[in-house]
Amino acid sequence: MADDYAIEAHGLTRRFGELTAVDHLDLRVPSGEIYGFLGPNGSGKSTTIRLLCGLLTPSEGEARVLGRRVPGEAEALKQEIGYMTQRFSLYEDLDVRENLTFIANIYGIPRRELRARVEGQLARYHLSDRPRQRAGTLSGGQKQRLALAAATLHRPRLLLLDEPTSAVDPQSRRDFWETLFELSAEGTTILVSTHYMDEAERCHRLAILDHGAIVADGAPRDLYEAMDALVVEVETADPRAAREVLLGREPILGVTQLGVRLRVLVERSVADAPDLVGRLLDGARIRASVTLTHPGLEDVFVMATRDAREPVPWEG
Amino acid sequence: MGGLRRLFAIVGKEVRQLRRDRLTFGMIAGIPVLQILLFGYAINTDVRHLSAAVADQAQTSLSRELIAASQASQVVDIRARVDTARELERMLGRGEIDVGLLIPADFGRRLADPSRAAGQLLVDGTDPTIPASARQLAALELGYDSTPKPARREPVYEIRNYYNPERRSAINIVPGLIGVILTMTMVLFTAVAIVRESERGNLELLINTPVRRIELMIGKILPYVLIGLVQVTLILLLGAWLFDVPIRGPLLHVYGAAGLFIAANLTLGLVISTVAKTQFQAMQMTFFFFLPSILLSGFMFPFDGMPPAARYLAELLPLTHFVRLIRGIMLRAAGLGDMPGEVLALLAFTVLTLAVAVGRFRKTLD
Repeated sequence: MADDYAIEAHGLTRRFGELTAVDHLDLRVPSGEIYGFLGPNGSGKSTTIRLLCGLLTPSEGEARVLGRRVPGEAEALKQEIGYMTQRFSLYEDLDVRENLTFIANIYGIPRRELRARVEGQLARYHLSDRPRQRAGTLSGGQKQRLALAAATLHRPRLLLLDEPTSAVDPQSRRDFWETLFELSAEGTTILVSTHYMDEAERCHRLAILDHGAIVADGAPRDLYEAMDALVVEVETADPRAAREVLLGREPILGVTQLGVRLRVLVERSVADAPDLVGRLLDGARIRASVTLTHPGLEDVFVMATRDAREPVPWEG
Repeated sequence: MGGLRRLFAIVGKEVRQLRRDRLTFGMIAGIPVLQILLFGYAINTDVRHLSAAVADQAQTSLSRELIAASQASQVVDIRARVDTARELERMLGRGEIDVGLLIPADFGRRLADPSRAAGQLLVDGTDPTIPASARQLAALELGYDSTPKPARREPVYEIRNYYNPERRSAINIVPGLIGVILTMTMVLFTAVAIVRESERGNLELLINTPVRRIELMIGKILPYVLIGLVQVTLILLLGAWLFDVPIRGPLLHVYGAAGLFIAANLTLGLVISTVAKTQFQAMQMTFFFFLPSILLSGFMFPFDGMPPAARYLAELLPLTHFVRLIRGIMLRAAGLGDMPGEVLALLAFTVLTLAVAVGRFRKTLD
């Protein structure tokens, strides 16, 4: 049981005064998988991760991480988990190698291995060309690689990554995910939070968080298939007007604008969704091409959070 | 084993960061040098050359002799001569003079009468040191043969000044100044130590590692013990070189007392660091502690002159005990063993504050 799931949480809740940041969260993260937390800022991703590594005490509920109770046995857990904070948290006034050596000493890496381990991380994370550079002067992508190198130096079984790619360019993001897949292949369980759809789509499994609760979870493909809506894509010269026409009409569940296109969510029971959307637009004298398309994660998200409120616009 | 390694990892990191922090590095040497120059040269409790004016309404040879004797005492510099007491008061009011010498017209007759004062000193009482110094003038005697010497002007006591016969202020001030400088720098350095890590975000990473609280605390203060001892050396050297401040007791005991005192201040700094949310708050709290330390410790004002409540408060401050220790060792050639109470007080303060700091620090963000 404990081996099957790296993380298990039941009714995990954390309140900050009036605000409930995490609201009765049930979570199971299978060992060896990359598990994604997808949600906008303030949806409780960071708080959940901090609860799981024992940095915050839950107001209610319980969690077991790698078979250990959190926060009760959090100290014993420190040696087995790696945590990458949202904000760069290594020492900016130390250089790259000094930072890694410091972390290696703190984790008690055996002395005869220490040098090789640090050099190995420098090579693996493409930092070998700048070991003497102060961390504060690194670029966003380099800082992120250094942070991951530090978080994995002691070879943790579980990696908790809190929005690791929020401050890096697209190429660095792609490289970063390649590294995550390598780590996963070596057997590391990874919990990664993000607000990028494309990143969430790469996870083996993911949970969509909204207002501190999981509103949908599963493998990305399962989430598409379980969705109670069809996706119709509308291409038109005046998407804003088309949106006005469609919004709030009976079988239409949501309308999202993507440039000149609209993604329209229609109730699954509707037999000929594209025809229906086309007729509505014709009625308003809007010329448009209408096609049925595959659902994406964004559609899943819109559906999952539809009842709560207007979704926050995505940065990704 | 693992604990020691983590401890030294923290120490090594602190030293590296310190070497790269120019401002802090500058303060290590800058504060002692500045303070010793300020206190040593500018602050002088043995006041001379007060500016004075004289109204000689007698205009006799005796009155002229008194004025000459006053001038010769170096207590006053006579800058002006006026005619009336009113004019002296006006000058006093405008702050042009500190002391006014009034010699009335019947000076000769008054001098012969032991029950009456012969002249008057008008003194600016807004500065506490001026009346005390002017009092020296009141003890002046006139050696003119024809004048009968009034018996009341003979001093009852003869004062013998031990340990500082030349009454040099620097000798009184420099030993205590070691304590003042250490209070200022040591508390401040460690007060910001942990707050800085949390402000920069480093703490969230650090508390997720196996590092123990006590390792973090001790690791943070160890480098500063060395820095404190460097400062002590600097002050002792400057004191000896510029002001001939003696070290009459054993040098090892000077460093022993300083070491105890440094530890007490560093652990207090850690407590502040666990209370303050920002570096600015930490600095405010340091200052809040620094002021009573300077005022109540006996460094500036004599301990025995303070009301009981102030004395109880002073006993809680490490600087009070250090001032007693260091003056004893440096000036009275005492040793640490002669003042076990002060040594114990500093030790107790250190252990207590370290326990509070470790107890308050939590490896969570709650």
